[in-house]
Amino acid sequence: MPESVSTAHANASATLAGDVLTVELSGDWSITAGLRPMWATVLAGRQPKRVVVRGNGLGQWDSSLLLFLFETQEWCKITGAYYDAKELPAKVRALLGQMSVSHETSVPFDRSENFFTAVGEATLDVWRKTKVFIGECVLGAVRLVKRPQKFRWADCVEEMQLCGAMALPIVSLVSFLVGVTLAYTGAIVLRQYGGDIYVADLIGLSMVREMGALMTGVVLAGRTGAAFAATLGNMRANEEIDALETLGISAVDFLVLPRLIALAVMMPLLAMYANALGILGGMAVSMNILKIPPSAYWVEMLTIVDLSDILVGTIKGATFGLIVGLAGCLRGIEAERSAAGVGRAATSAVVTAILLIIIADAIYAVIFNILGL
Amino acid sequence: MAEPIIPPAIEVTGVTCGYDGNVVLKDISFTVPRGEIFFVIGGSGCGKSTLLRNLIGLNNPMAGKVKFLGQSFTDADLAARRKLLKTFGVLYQGGALWSSLTLRQNVALPMEEHTALSAREIAELTSLKLAQVGLTGFEDYYPSEISGGMKKRAGLARALALDPSIVFLDEPSAGLDPVTSRKLDELVLQVRESFGTTLVVVSHELASIFGIADRVIMLDRAEQGIIAMGPPRELAQGSRDPRVIEFLHRGDRLAAP
Repeated sequence: MPESVSTAHANASATLAGDVLTVELSGDWSITAGLRPMWATVLAGRQPKRVVVRGNGLGQWDSSLLLFLFETQEWCKITGAYYDAKELPAKVRALLGQMSVSHETSVPFDRSENFFTAVGEATLDVWRKTKVFIGECVLGAVRLVKRPQKFRWADCVEEMQLCGAMALPIVSLVSFLVGVTLAYTGAIVLRQYGGDIYVADLIGLSMVREMGALMTGVVLAGRTGAAFAATLGNMRANEEIDALETLGISAVDFLVLPRLIALAVMMPLLAMYANALGILGGMAVSMNILKIPPSAYWVEMLTIVDLSDILVGTIKGATFGLIVGLAGCLRGIEAERSAAGVGRAATSAVVTAILLIIIADAIYAVIFNILGL
Repeated sequence: MAEPIIPPAIEVTGVTCGYDGNVVLKDISFTVPRGEIFFVIGGSGCGKSTLLRNLIGLNNPMAGKVKFLGQSFTDADLAARRKLLKTFGVLYQGGALWSSLTLRQNVALPMEEHTALSAREIAELTSLKLAQVGLTGFEDYYPSEISGGMKKRAGLARALALDPSIVFLDEPSAGLDPVTSRKLDELVLQVRESFGTTLVVVSHELASIFGIADRVIMLDRAEQGIIAMGPPRELAQGSRDPRVIEFLHRGDRLAAP
């Protein structure tokens, strides 16, 4: 009683005579032409002692035929049936031989690690690298103070332009809108008490002490931190950093310090600029929605914002600048030598910078509170 | 036995190297006399580049010692190491020119860092170095604006900036057409002629090996070490190692005019 299975163009029919199952393969076997006959279906639960495979009617065939034959062969191996493929074309048998070898020898390479080991090692690794990097930056800064004429001022000025002047449009937009949003939010509460005018105090204080530096920090983390990481990562991948090392030129002096100093100088300036734009945004809303004249807004704001608030904002700005620069340069210098490595470096530079900025901001809040600033 | 008066350019003794605890090469020892063009050859993945990185100090060998001009480089302190760094130049595989600097600035930077020359003198020497590698007229181009072959030549000019006694070249002919790669080989010969420089070339380009190498060492992946050492033609004819013959055989036919 022949059992025949055919799908698309591939055909396998099996006839049982005594203990011998004869499988006739025919038609075109293609791996892309839908389902192929499965051995289990062809076998249909029979238990032959010997399987003879013939391929006289085979047309075009590819790996799908090999998969079927491999199934057959494995089944025979497990059940102990005799597998007879002598009548198959020699090419098929040769390929099948290769498949058996590759199947037997391919042990999957296990890269998985214990979760706790992985987390622990990653933490130690970050700690080690950060320690070395910060140490080198300090040494570089000492060298800079000793021999300022060796410092790459031209690079530093160029970076200042890139991370400072070129960031003005985005910083303007973001901080103006933050001022607008704060004004609307503040007005909801203050209006209930008839204290519309105190919107000026709210915006002035929160921009100067917090939002100006914070928003600039976040914008620069995304804009400049990522750029630093990508640039330095690419330089590592291109062996440019190796070339510096073998010429005895410190990568920190040459690449990191100009960028760090540029950011530390430009960030407070940008933060102050952001303060101004935020206050302007609040003023625009107050004037148009709350009908507060700009002069009244300005005078009210001056009653609460004083120099110590501006100092707080400036200190924060410089700190956030250093954080963005350090995170970007560290991630870039440590990047893996590949396109994916550069991408990961840029991502983690931004994430690290924003995370550290928020943490630093919280620490400053406590410190300034204690100092009464 | 008396010590030789002039120590060899490079002395490598028992260097074992690899990555993350996996040994790639074991117990490598060889000596390169001054003025020799010395090739490190072998199939892909045999550790040629790993050996190079360990020789030039980008990685530290797991064991063993590297000496340049008789002075130990591997365990040198910071000042000695900085001094030794000036004795050799490196041409990296892709040139590794600093992308933010022009060719002129690339070649000038090592001199600015390590010499007391005036800006005028540096400018003169930079033009000379770039002219030697045939890049006159491209001094103010950025690396991204020139071809791969030109980048390598500019890289060589930079490697020669401090007139080093030793120059390492990492796969100088990789990715170059036969004519350009031949020109680079001629440049290597010319450097040796002019300055008596020792050149260590990592390569598997058979035309270069038979064209300019005085001596080669062949590395093997399975052996994790040196399987042959000597002048390439002698190895091609005299070696009984099938791996050496297989590697050099095709080259011998190619190199014959």
